[in-house]
Amino acid sequence: MILDSKIPEGALAEKWDKHKFNVKLVNPANKRKYDIIVVGTGLAGASAAATLGELGYNVKAFCFQDSPRRAHSIAAQGGINAAKNYQNDGDSIFRLFYDTIKGGDYRAREANVYRLAQVSVNIIDQCVAQGVPFAREYGGLLANRSFGGAQVSRTFYARGQTGQQLLLGAYSALNRQIAYGKVKMYPRTEMLDLVMVDGKARGIVVRNLITGKIESHSAHAVVLATGGYGNVFFLSTNAMGSNATAAWRAHKKGALFANPCFTQIHPTCIPVSGEYQSKLTLMSESLRNDGRVWVPKTVEIAQRLRKGEITVNDIKEEDRDYYLERKYPAFGNLVPRDVASRNAKLMCDEGRGVGASGLAVYLDFADAIRREGQPAIAAKYGNLFDMYAKITDENPYEKPMRIYPAVHYTMGGLWVDYNLMTNIPGLYATGECNFSDHGANRLGASALMQGLADGYFVIPYTIGDYLAQTPYDKVSVDHPAFKEAEQNVKATTDRLLAIKGNRTVDDFHKALGLLMWDYCGMARNAEGLQFAKHEIRKLRDEFWQNVKVTGVNEELNQTLEKAHRVADFLELGELMVDDALNRNESCGGHFREEYQTPENEALRDDENYAYVAAWEFTGVGNEPVLHKEELKFENVKLTQRSYK
Amino acid sequence: MAGSNPNAKPMDLTLKIWRQKDRNTAGQLVTYPLKNISPDMSFLEMLDVLNEELLVRGEEPVAFDHDCREGICGMCSLFINGRAHGPERGTTTCQLHMRHFNHGDTITIEPWRAAAFPVHKDLIVDRSAFDRIQQAGGYVSVNTGGVPDANEIPIPKTIADKAFDAATCIGCGACVAACKNASAMLFVSAKVSQLAMLPQGKVEAKTRAENMVAQMDVEGFGACSNTGACAAECPVGISLDNIAMLNREYLGAKASSENV
Ligand SMILES: Cc1cc2nc3c(=O)[nH]c(=O)nc-3n(C[C@H](O)[C@H](O)[C@H](O)COP(=O)(O)OP(=O)(O)OC[C@H]3O[C@@H](n4cnc5c(N)ncnc54)[C@H](O)[C@@H]3O)c2cc1C
Ligand code: SF4
Ligand code: FES
Repeated sequence: MILDSKIPEGALAEKWDKHKFNVKLVNPANKRKYDIIVVGTGLAGASAAATLGELGYNVKAFCFQDSPRRAHSIAAQGGINAAKNYQNDGDSIFRLFYDTIKGGDYRAREANVYRLAQVSVNIIDQCVAQGVPFAREYGGLLANRSFGGAQVSRTFYARGQTGQQLLLGAYSALNRQIAYGKVKMYPRTEMLDLVMVDGKARGIVVRNLITGKIESHSAHAVVLATGGYGNVFFLSTNAMGSNATAAWRAHKKGALFANPCFTQIHPTCIPVSGEYQSKLTLMSESLRNDGRVWVPKTVEIAQRLRKGEITVNDIKEEDRDYYLERKYPAFGNLVPRDVASRNAKLMCDEGRGVGASGLAVYLDFADAIRREGQPAIAAKYGNLFDMYAKITDENPYEKPMRIYPAVHYTMGGLWVDYNLMTNIPGLYATGECNFSDHGANRLGASALMQGLADGYFVIPYTIGDYLAQTPYDKVSVDHPAFKEAEQNVKATTDRLLAIKGNRTVDDFHKALGLLMWDYCGMARNAEGLQFAKHEIRKLRDEFWQNVKVTGVNEELNQTLEKAHRVADFLELGELMVDDALNRNESCGGHFREEYQTPENEALRDDENYAYVAAWEFTGVGNEPVLHKEELKFENVKLTQRSYK
Repeated sequence: MAGSNPNAKPMDLTLKIWRQKDRNTAGQLVTYPLKNISPDMSFLEMLDVLNEELLVRGEEPVAFDHDCREGICGMCSLFINGRAHGPERGTTTCQLHMRHFNHGDTITIEPWRAAAFPVHKDLIVDRSAFDRIQQAGGYVSVNTGGVPDANEIPIPKTIADKAFDAATCIGCGACVAACKNASAMLFVSAKVSQLAMLPQGKVEAKTRAENMVAQMDVEGFGACSNTGACAAECPVGISLDNIAMLNREYLGAKASSENV
């Protein structure tokens, strides 16, 4: 199989405009002859479904929550990037492009990232027109902040609830199309298989989560906007229902999965507090603009602290190690996420971690409060401080926050070409579900940008190019391909229900999560990865013999829903390990301990690994086949990232 | 483990939980004793513990809605000891922690009760009426593309901030559950006034108010009698001012209807 990224010819800055001119168009009157399925109603899915409906296509949209407004995008806090340069601080499309490529440690496609930076400016206009209440200055113009290691202020935000406001904007556009009858919405409906006819994506099989009914939907094209797979780790900042099932089942039907081991561990999350922990809570990265990260200078002090012999406020200034400021004087507390996370782990590994478990570092606002006053800090971060207090029962105005890294985002995902089409004709992937724009590490405030770019401004053009070359004929859901897929879904469901074993789904999920965290998390090495592969296989075998799923299919059955998802995580986890084993270098969020500089920084191997690793499924338990898409860098020079 | 409060003692509780097979079957409260609950757990983690115990015993776990567990998606609900989202003000059920309960407590857990929110199963209700109200007019009629530059629409910060406050409604339905008439006025008014305050949304403000209120009536929500119970239980503090604003828009709409 040859991977054709379909990057248009020409100069970087002209590719997208030229491509938009060259793509085939569907005549407005003919658009209603085409049906499009959009799975997922987060930023990527809702924006796509609404825009495709506006254009005149017949859209069916699906989500597993009770309303499209509840997609996981709702939880994004910090903001969305756009190269508006409203602050006149030297930002530009090229700078946003450059920062994203560099931040991703040179493992993303230049052409896609440039386009993302280009359309970023349109996103803000669109959202404001919808009534999204972004933060404003007293003069009435939009406010910006600097975010996640950027040296310009290009992040637009709505207090700590940017994702909510953007999603409600996209939801409102979606609602308008639902009211017009151009989009039909299927909430509480889960996609469990992709249907292909003549090698093309022609529909999906879903389960109605209220009645359990298994049904088929047919279309001319299918868009997966089903989010990321961070919940492989069980504990993550993702919503409880976030899952990989749609993407994974498409993978099993032939869609390549790219860079699965590229996961982002976010440095500022509330540490784990007990065995019962069900998820982790992010404390927005914007906190690092004013908070200073530190641990005690010596192991002895850290030990006394952990034993409760002293409290944090007893530790003298000279006994505190502001390690990010010490090691990275230029960027200080604002180093990229992967660097901040890894350093927190290093400090805790040295024995200088805080909190009862020693798995936490401090994020301290004392200086900022002294400098600006408590009201000013409350105005910036009040809701985050409240959230922290609610969860931990500690007051961050008086005591530094305790934070620790947690799984947050997955850069890997379904392989797509420049048109966001997977290698299966007619199957598209957008938003966090695809692998496209963030390389080995995503910059803060860039996921929201990508989701909306894909949905509002990219796919509406590129899908037309495909449909213009597709006959109007519909495939009936009575076609044998649909019946076979339905049968497979029913068989898997029946199998899960029939096992009646002794171990709960959550128990398996937790065991998998621990393996992934310990061996395929912030730091990896070949030996550990090999061990993890072996253990995951054992766990998966046990799952299919010993999982306990109660109830029946024909009812609302949350245990069964989870069982389907965890079954897929148990396969995906192994692929992540395979990918991490294959990549004998460190880059971005993928840190192989064997490959580091003397200062413990990630050591890339551009000679041998400047490629996208796209994996082909060959059967559960079989070795997947690797396809490489070489990455060409013509507009940036590959350098060792340095934030010193 | 790193409990934030290592001295906190585990507690034993008695739970009375509404169990209902489906929409067409009558439900009832069932009692479950639960031991050894850490005060640092969230309320939903406490229910996770119960569900794991039920599963191990081969019993059906309790169905409840949840997703983000961060107080923002609006998916969680629960009527806890007669209060929507439980005893803490300004807190969703998923953000409620067990430290607000005591050893030996009996906790009654029921679904939202409202004719417009029929029960699907156990503690899960059907809130699709809220989506249909939004579909009736909760948007600005703009298509993607062809909109002006964002800074061409300056908006005074005070107004932008007020619009934001109204826009933070998470669509959870606690206001309906808390209201003796099961009115959805707070929910509807939040969207109507967010958009009516902004220049982008002003153009359609009257039609929007009329259409959303009409849909609210169709869905079978009760009338608003201004008791304020909704705002008292709203986890994100949506203000009663929005209802006043809705009434103004609505009466204005009736006087000069654009719905022609
Ligand atoms: C706590 C938190 C804070 C964040 N903050 C920021 C930030 O400040 N800035 C930023 O840029 N990024 C942020 N991110 C990342 C960003 O929020 C996500 O990457 C992004 O929102 C993903 O959007 P999406 O549309 O691709 O997917 P999602 O929003 O995850 O939506 C997935 C959709 O797919 C549906 N779905 C999934 N599987 C199925 C299935 N099998 N069948 C049917 N439907 C299905 C779901 O119902 C849902 O509608 C944050 C992430 C987290 C976790
Ligand atoms: S107004 Fe408040 S209580 Fe009502 S749905 Fe919105 S957030 Fe929930
Ligand atoms: S689970 Fe999202 S608000 Fe409670």
